[in-house]
Amino acid sequence: MADEKRVDQPTGTSFVGHEWDGIEELDTPMPRWWLITFFATIAFAAVMVVLYPAIPMLHGATPGTLGWSSHGQLDQEVAAESRRRAPMMRALAAMPIERLPADAALLRAAQEGGHSAFKVYCVQCHGAGAAGGKGYPNLNDDDWLWGGDVATIQQTLLHGVRQPGDDGTRMSQMPAFGRDGILKPEEVQDAVSFVRFVSHQEAGSAAARRGATIFANNCAVCHGDRATGNRAFGAPNLTDGIWLYGGDRAALTETVTNARYGIMPAWGTRLDPVTIKMLATYVHSLGGGEKSPPAVADAQPVAAARK
Amino acid sequence: MSSPEDLIGAEQRFFEARRKVFPKAVRGAFRRLKWAIMAVTLAIYYVTPWLRWNRGAYAPDQAVLVDLAHRRFYMFSIEIWPHEFYYVAGLLIMAGVGLFLVTSAVGRAWCGYACPQTVWTDLFVHVERAIDGDRNAQIRLQRAPWGPVKIAKRLLKHTSWLVIGALTGGAWIFYFADAPTLGQAFIHGTAPFVAYATVGVLTATTYIFGGLMREQVCIYMCPWPRIQSAMLDEKSLTVTYKAWRGEPRSHGLKRADAARDAVPSLIALAEGSAAVGDCIDCNACVAVCPTGIDIREGPQIGCITCGLCIDACDEIMAKVDRPAKLIGYTTDLDARLAASGRTPLPPFRRLLRPRTLIYFSVWAGIGLVMLFALGNRARIDVSVLQTRNPQWVRLSDGHIRNGYTVKVRNMEERPRSFEVAIEGVPGAVIWADEASRASGARAVRLDVGADQVAQQLLFVKAAGDGPARADLVFTIRALDAEGGTARDKSFFERPEQLP
Repeated sequence: MADEKRVDQPTGTSFVGHEWDGIEELDTPMPRWWLITFFATIAFAAVMVVLYPAIPMLHGATPGTLGWSSHGQLDQEVAAESRRRAPMMRALAAMPIERLPADAALLRAAQEGGHSAFKVYCVQCHGAGAAGGKGYPNLNDDDWLWGGDVATIQQTLLHGVRQPGDDGTRMSQMPAFGRDGILKPEEVQDAVSFVRFVSHQEAGSAAARRGATIFANNCAVCHGDRATGNRAFGAPNLTDGIWLYGGDRAALTETVTNARYGIMPAWGTRLDPVTIKMLATYVHSLGGGEKSPPAVADAQPVAAARK
Repeated sequence: MSSPEDLIGAEQRFFEARRKVFPKAVRGAFRRLKWAIMAVTLAIYYVTPWLRWNRGAYAPDQAVLVDLAHRRFYMFSIEIWPHEFYYVAGLLIMAGVGLFLVTSAVGRAWCGYACPQTVWTDLFVHVERAIDGDRNAQIRLQRAPWGPVKIAKRLLKHTSWLVIGALTGGAWIFYFADAPTLGQAFIHGTAPFVAYATVGVLTATTYIFGGLMREQVCIYMCPWPRIQSAMLDEKSLTVTYKAWRGEPRSHGLKRADAARDAVPSLIALAEGSAAVGDCIDCNACVAVCPTGIDIREGPQIGCITCGLCIDACDEIMAKVDRPAKLIGYTTDLDARLAASGRTPLPPFRRLLRPRTLIYFSVWAGIGLVMLFALGNRARIDVSVLQTRNPQWVRLSDGHIRNGYTVKVRNMEERPRSFEVAIEGVPGAVIWADEASRASGARAVRLDVGADQVAQQLLFVKAAGDGPARADLVFTIRALDAEGGTARDKSFFERPEQLP
């Protein structure tokens, strides 16, 4: 077209050839700085394509000469964080769990680490606040089936509850008195009446008196003559205000008739000893933790003195 | 290559091209005042971080320290915690109102004398003069072709500027860390990267603002001249060319004398101004101006009221045997009075006007409120956060337990012991750990390190029957001679009572 050759005199720029109501479009070139920036970005992109994963292929992208990957970067960052934590972890591994309270920084690290691990492994059953639920113990309270000092909690964590094939597992086996025909249904009700009497939920009655005999013959061997339980067998205290499966008549009837077999994984086979130690410390710090038996606590300074 | 000039021609430019200013050296009262203020401000800037202040064993001994890492701000006997930052905000407001006050009382004194841009530019100009010579030599050198001498002088000048810039940035970092320690580390190359980066950035900005940009910062970048335009009124001091005295100008002394002695020209007669003015149009006021303006054009945004043109003009007036202060500090109102032959206002009537009085009372009021607040501020504090998950725990004895995260803030520079007591729930007992659980106490003791916040999980238990939610007040009491208490309200929660 002849128009393309036409040049706007004041600017020296040629016209594009478009005209609207006498207003014409000039073929003004892009500013040089803009073009330089544009070509620089193209060059930058070309370099990036060579250096980094870029072109999608059938089984992932081209690897790039630097060998960078987001997974690799994550691994590096995790490894760096592990290196940063290594001294604290070594100190935690070396320190017997009963002696942790002597070192405030270590204790705090253990509690915080335990809190984090708790959120990953424990909240599914025990809840985010460790308050548990029916069949899952509340870890905040002061009632413990197997004992509430840190070493005992650690033991429970390591071996779990009713884990077959683990010699150290917490194994308590209450018979299914009703289902197995040991007690008749009315005897079960009498025993329940007795339990509700000793836990101050019901007034004394003839049924409770009959239940006392049944209890003495069938239950006292584990739960004790005064029904206060026995931690050696994991037999719960039946006189307190805390019920793992409920303290009402229906729940107790179900428990006595069919027994309950709650389980917990043996975390010793799944987690490293330091994480277990941190978890035990955290659970102990929730408010119900008990003092370590003096024998264990006293043995440590002696052992240290002998070195 | 297209540029705006292609479109609209070379005559019309979108941007004013900078004309480099070569300020001429000058002697006089205002020059001496500027020297004194430069010495004082630079001394304050460089010496302050090295002043020591004894705060005991638990706090740094640097008099002025902005401890970003530990979130503390020390200024002599005052220590500011992050939650007390409103004191710093108050100081900034006072600085702002103080600028208003100074501006309404004595005009742009801040711009002319105390602004860092002015002080450092002045310093850079002096260095430039020491290397390149005075105004005329500088202009000659600028026009001269590049040669060994020019290259050597330029190298020396820019190196000196960069050294000043580095010293400026170097002093800044000492406000943020222990100065002697950081100084050693900086020289040995072991200081944190951020220290070197800060020095680098400040070196660059000092060099660019003080050496290269100079008056352009004041005229184009700084918002303050524009704000001040709104602050000035007819009673504000400005550097004024007394046109009623100076005009009409005579061009050169001889012609001035000739004109005075000669018979008035017909044109002058026709204009009704037979005499010539005092201004001999020697351009001394223009030559010394650091922002390159002509003060005789009247008040303008480029005038930072540094007074150097007053010194320059007075020197000339003395030589030509005419009264001094043809250029001088005066107000617009006084100028008009003087021009019409009346007496100017006495200074106190200029200073004591509603604008200055209001600014002063606002400024002093904020200052007094801050002093009062500073003198009465609490140095201990407690905050209680109730554990929300679980809200309550039933204990084996049937009691209900709540958990509380208690934070006790000890803002004194020494360790203190506190008693944390509860009230509001009958029969409630408090404990911190398994050792104190059985004690049945209504208060626990908490030790807090110097200048620290202690955080402790506390447990409170009470009988199971009671309202689902009861107020529980935590009171801390310092267990030393100084004493002091603080309190925070929380709640004690129980399960809903079934009917």
